[in-house]
Amino acid sequence: MATHGFAGQETHAHAAPQGFIRKWIFSLDHKIIGLQYYFLALAAVFVGMFLSLLMRIHMIWPTVALPLVGEIKPEAYLSLVTMHGTIMVFFVLTTAPQGGFGNYFLPIQIGAPDMAFPVLNMLSFWTTFLGFIVMLAAFFVTGGAPLHGWTGYAPLSALPSAGPGEGLGADLWIISIAIFCIGALMGALNFITTTLDMRAKGMSMMRMPLTCWAWFITAILGLLAFGVLLSGGILLLMDRNLGTSFFVPLVTVNGQLTGHKGGSPLLWQHLFWFFGHPEVYIAILPAMGLCSQLLSVFSRKPIFGYKAMVYAMLSIGFLGFMVWGHHMFMSGMSPYTAFAFSIMTMAIGVPSAIKTFNWLGTLVRGKIRFSSPMLFAIGFVSLFVSGGISGPFLAQPVLDIPLHDTAFVPAHFHLIMGVASIFGIFAATYYWFPKMFGRMMNESLARWHFWFSFIGTYCIFMPMHYLGMAAQPRRYSQFTELQYLAHLIPLNKFITYAAIVTIAGQLIFVANLFWSMFKGKKASDNPWEATTLEWTTATPPPHDNFGGRTPVVHNGPYEYSVPGAPRDFVMQSDPAIKAAH
Amino acid sequence: MGLVLLIIIWLITFVSTYFFIAKTWWLPVGASASAASIDHHFTITYILMGIVFVAAQVGLGFLVWRYRDRGGPSNKAEYSHGNTTLEIIWTVLTAVLFVGLNLMSSSIWASERFRPAEANAVRVEVTGMQFAWYFRYPGPDGKFGATKPELEDASAGGEGALGLDSKDPASKDDVVTGTMVVPVNREIEVILRAHDVIHSFFVPAFRFKQDAVPGLAISMHFTPIQTGDYEIACAELCGLGHYKMHGIVKVVSQEEFDKWLAAREAEKQ
Repeated sequence: MATHGFAGQETHAHAAPQGFIRKWIFSLDHKIIGLQYYFLALAAVFVGMFLSLLMRIHMIWPTVALPLVGEIKPEAYLSLVTMHGTIMVFFVLTTAPQGGFGNYFLPIQIGAPDMAFPVLNMLSFWTTFLGFIVMLAAFFVTGGAPLHGWTGYAPLSALPSAGPGEGLGADLWIISIAIFCIGALMGALNFITTTLDMRAKGMSMMRMPLTCWAWFITAILGLLAFGVLLSGGILLLMDRNLGTSFFVPLVTVNGQLTGHKGGSPLLWQHLFWFFGHPEVYIAILPAMGLCSQLLSVFSRKPIFGYKAMVYAMLSIGFLGFMVWGHHMFMSGMSPYTAFAFSIMTMAIGVPSAIKTFNWLGTLVRGKIRFSSPMLFAIGFVSLFVSGGISGPFLAQPVLDIPLHDTAFVPAHFHLIMGVASIFGIFAATYYWFPKMFGRMMNESLARWHFWFSFIGTYCIFMPMHYLGMAAQPRRYSQFTELQYLAHLIPLNKFITYAAIVTIAGQLIFVANLFWSMFKGKKASDNPWEATTLEWTTATPPPHDNFGGRTPVVHNGPYEYSVPGAPRDFVMQSDPAIKAAH
Repeated sequence: MGLVLLIIIWLITFVSTYFFIAKTWWLPVGASASAASIDHHFTITYILMGIVFVAAQVGLGFLVWRYRDRGGPSNKAEYSHGNTTLEIIWTVLTAVLFVGLNLMSSSIWASERFRPAEANAVRVEVTGMQFAWYFRYPGPDGKFGATKPELEDASAGGEGALGLDSKDPASKDDVVTGTMVVPVNREIEVILRAHDVIHSFFVPAFRFKQDAVPGLAISMHFTPIQTGDYEIACAELCGLGHYKMHGIVKVVSQEEFDKWLAAREAEKQ
């Protein structure tokens, strides 16, 4: 491995590689690895989105034979549910914001030549890639993909006889997640070390852009959460294949004894949600960091309450590990425990609300430029609020009684951690595309993409709240069996139509992305007139990021509209401003 | 662009809010003693959160329009890093709102889940299995007979499906049915069990939901206050027939219930 200099030393991270394979495939360059993660997530998001399209179509036209896939059977519907959730959570929401943009921009934003451990970085990407291939393989084995949902509740997930897809498909699903965990753990170590050790001279922690704070805290959450899921996954594999009974009590399937006894189904839920709840913050924190950044850049104003933003993210990360039980109010867990988890969950709403107030505060008396990254950042705030206010319903055990496992829950989490986080990814793409590819994306296409996505998202997910209040259970492929659901079918149809239009709108994004890569307008080094270090270097950045130069930082990350300054922004590497406070 | 954003954000907010206020789609009819208090707290939460929702979205739409870049040298952004007093005010306000709401609802939760069922409650054992619900009444002896997993025969239905051990004297008078029948205005104690995977016993009209977990016998209670038929849905993903796993709770008068149960017990003799 090439030797690494600490920040401030005049050393190159490692020599620029020669040859296609070392440069583009098994690259050690964090920028290439970031792009690899990004394109992996892009492939995954299209698979995941296609699955959701099939789900929505099946709900409304259950007997229609689709080209390529044919007619969707009820068990296939549940496989779609499972794979949609798993692929989206792991290979999109965890992969793109952190592995993709984090990898590419964390080192540049803190003024480092590369990540702390380039080889580990390469390994973590290829491990994740392998995980994705194994996940996809589950579709093609006998019995197909598992039907136990992305949460994989035991004993359903532990018993091969419990349903189609619970055979080899379920084994592959668990193995894929275990592989993913290993990749995520390697990545987390790298991010933490890089943030702590590789910052340029003058880049104190409290001068880091909020994006870097978000990636750093996300990495800490990942380090603590993925290890637990990995252990849970291994135990589940043992229950399935080695005859252990960690999660399976004495059960019969179809009257047949399974040979297990003494295990606890609730133990799996505890292990899963100990990972699963921090995971939602792993998905959303990078988007929070990024949108804070964008609101400041495009309002031409310092971020409102930088310190409060940092402390809010830290407390979200800390409290995020104490609320997992709110997924289990109806599980048979002690009602006293439920009460405690509920208080902690309401408490975590406080830092989230602080962030929202600060985002709005940043807009006040700004000079807002509606470039495409800003549109998505504004959309993010709106979605975060809409998804956020349903939280206090679900956080109260009493209201969770009617709402748990109804459509209200997917409405909540899709808005706040699904689409809000995807809006973060879109915003990041439009914002950093010029730096990554040296060209601008087409602004009119970007606007059309925004309107389709923003309005479409609300048309899909707002009605799901109504369905949930009317007690429509989630993960139902049909609504014809229960009479009280009959009057909800028109609303379900509306959601499907909205989903088809919104998904079609995403083609605008893909077209823009690939067209702009080759034909977009040439970008200058700092097209958005932003202050952070990635805009001080060439476009795209050279192999060692700063072309042999080592940046020195004199200012905070959000010095916009400083009175008396020649321009309305002061770069972090510009001479120190006097009025800083 | 600022004006378009304002219009779209406001439109989304008002249309969404309209359907919440018009109650076009709303909670199912409430037919249990706790439905009223749960719905009441739901309404309080929903009014408060509704205010937050509308205020934040209307504010967001207004701000992006009001502070848009109008061009020209006189249009300058303010140089400010925030305001600590404001931060403290909204932190405290949010904390009070969230924790307060939670404490308000905790007494309802306590009455639902902290106390065991009353001694004179009607006891019904509810068993979930792929993909059906079975209901067992203990009979005149007040005792549930033993069940044995090795005796289970799902295809036999009823007692066979539960694996009821006919050698146990307590099982002689147990009544097993596929429809739940309960008397009105009496507390019902349900003992929830599952044979294979986790199911969830969800009666929307009673505002009642509880997972049935293999290996556990979970005791819960509710009090129906209106006669009629109410649908049971399975609310925990349990396999390919999950969406078909439904049932009916028939709430009848005490006399009808006694007559029905006596007839079932007589069939057993």
